[in-house]
Amino acid sequence: MRVISEFTKGFWKDIPPFRLVLGLCPTLAVTSAAKNGLGMGLATAFVLVCSNVIISFLRKIIPSEVRIASYIVLIASFVVIVELVTQAYFYTLYEQLGIFIPLIVVNCIILGRAEAFASKNSVIYSFADGLGIGLGFTISLTVLASIREILGSGTFFGMSVFGKSYLPFSFLVIAPGAFICLGVLLAVMNVFKK
Amino acid sequence: MKFIFMIVSAIFVNNIILAKYLGNCPFLGVSQKRDSAIGMALAVVFVLTMSSIVTWIFQKAFLEPLNLVHLQTVVFILVIAGFVQLTEFYVRKNLKNLYQALGIFLPLITTNCAVLGVAILCIRSSYNFIETAIFAFSSSVGYGLAITLFSGIRERYEICHIPRIFKGTAIAMVSVGLMALAFLGFKGMA
Repeated sequence: MRVISEFTKGFWKDIPPFRLVLGLCPTLAVTSAAKNGLGMGLATAFVLVCSNVIISFLRKIIPSEVRIASYIVLIASFVVIVELVTQAYFYTLYEQLGIFIPLIVVNCIILGRAEAFASKNSVIYSFADGLGIGLGFTISLTVLASIREILGSGTFFGMSVFGKSYLPFSFLVIAPGAFICLGVLLAVMNVFKK
Repeated sequence: MKFIFMIVSAIFVNNIILAKYLGNCPFLGVSQKRDSAIGMALAVVFVLTMSSIVTWIFQKAFLEPLNLVHLQTVVFILVIAGFVQLTEFYVRKNLKNLYQALGIFLPLITTNCAVLGVAILCIRSSYNFIETAIFAFSSSVGYGLAITLFSGIRERYEICHIPRIFKGTAIAMVSVGLMALAFLGFKGMA
């Protein structure tokens, strides 16, 4: 039963980036449209699941002195896979996410889970943890991106929501809007804290 | 003249934190006190500039001639991690005063996405060697400026009465947003 609790904690108890305040750069940068948020979330989730499984599998072999360097190399190889796949099959997404695809390597959520969870737990739990946290991150990014896209450009996944008469609140699409929108969402999450 | 525009643009108009969303985790993490913010700023200026130059040389000398550009991410992160480690050894051994000022911030920089981000940006914008050096240096000065200013704001609001639900990261994000809004006023300068 522990597998289920490790999986579900990513959706509410430890949901990144709200409860686990890590990985803020992609959260802010790619969430100007819902499609980009979803794509980035899924890419990160894939890397997180793969790296958690392989690091947990190798946790008794990797010497602890060089563990961070080894983790980064393992994570970077999965990021290269994601980079090449998106470039080949989802080229528009690849163009829009830009440098944030290679930057999945330095997303602190992935290294954080490797260090805090996968290096101490067995493969099955690490898989559940990676999948849960990864999907939780995808949900957060999609929610934040939907809010910013609906209010900021009046569309949702590219489809018009309010019709032509809506004057978009375009402040939300640019950088200051991203910071303030995330700040307000963090405050909303704090309402439910206790 | 071109270089002056580039410097103004990288420091104010396209500030790497406030307009390009890079390096947010350490930005929020070490901006609690002004001293540590200044230490982090100095460490970032040094490491970011040097590692962008080193990765540029790696790209032109090895990856492009050997047709290994798809390994860019792996190679760059290794070069940066190795470079940070070497810098730490050197500074600890030879520059005692600097080590005490930078100390714990040096190892943290490997996971600062601004370092890898600027290195990749320089390659993607096909800058030459001089442009890479100037862009990386001015971007990191922009980072230092933003983190130093923000630590000042943060020291002020820590003692203010803020609503309970906004305490912690939420108010920090809103303040960064307002700061980014102020920096938006530089638009049109370069």
